[in-house]
Amino acid sequence: MKNEMTVIFDAVSENEAFARNTVAAFCVTLDPTVDQINDIKTAVSEAVTNCIVHAYPNSGTNKITIVTTVDDCSVHIVVSDTGVGIEDVDAAKQPFFTTKPEQERSGMGFTVMESFMDELNVQPNIPSGTVVTMFKTIRGADWKKKKL
Amino acid sequence: MKIEHFKKSDELHIKLYGELDEHHSSYVRTSLDSLLDADNFSRLYIDMSELDFMDSTGIGVLIGRYKRLKPRGIPIFIQAPPPSVDRVLGLSGIYDIMIKAG
Repeated sequence: MKNEMTVIFDAVSENEAFARNTVAAFCVTLDPTVDQINDIKTAVSEAVTNCIVHAYPNSGTNKITIVTTVDDCSVHIVVSDTGVGIEDVDAAKQPFFTTKPEQERSGMGFTVMESFMDELNVQPNIPSGTVVTMFKTIRGADWKKKKL
Repeated sequence: MKIEHFKKSDELHIKLYGELDEHHSSYVRTSLDSLLDADNFSRLYIDMSELDFMDSTGIGVLIGRYKRLKPRGIPIFIQAPPPSVDRVLGLSGIYDIMIKAG
């Protein structure tokens, strides 16, 4: 069964814990392991932090949208903003690449997302902003076989 | 986020509690720096056993503290990171510049 949740919230750092915990809570129907839940929390936190730090450098009414879809065995997460887009996505995905080294940024956000999820896709949002899509298989082939 | 510390001979021990993300990073950064600048010590231990969550923002905070202590020749030891924190640390190459101790 497909099940979808959309949350839209203000792009403020107070909401980071809310965002990662909400997405993680929505995934529990898949019976994930503790490690898998932590992977999802960390990846969502990275995506949301990017929006807050990079997409919306100025305060105001800035919104982040997360659409989470689960099916029988996997989770699909789309984090989007309508702020400042990423100039060079390939460069941004390189480990330790950061446009804000003076802020002690590690430049590891996309690397963490890529490592903790099975798939990562970064696209421009039209007309402005970024759409980050992440996918992770929670229940593998063993589970599917058992179910049949 | 909560930070505790104590001195043991020439060692400064710091323990992190809670979730280290962007929201708590400036508090952690400021608190750590006031501890690092106030004391004379020759080794820094950071106990992460009660750190429930950390993302790459925490890596930035750690690298910043490393740069601060490097001129003083003070090594940093990371203690008991939970598995998820350990993965972020490993991925970021933190263990090339800090020592994992228990």
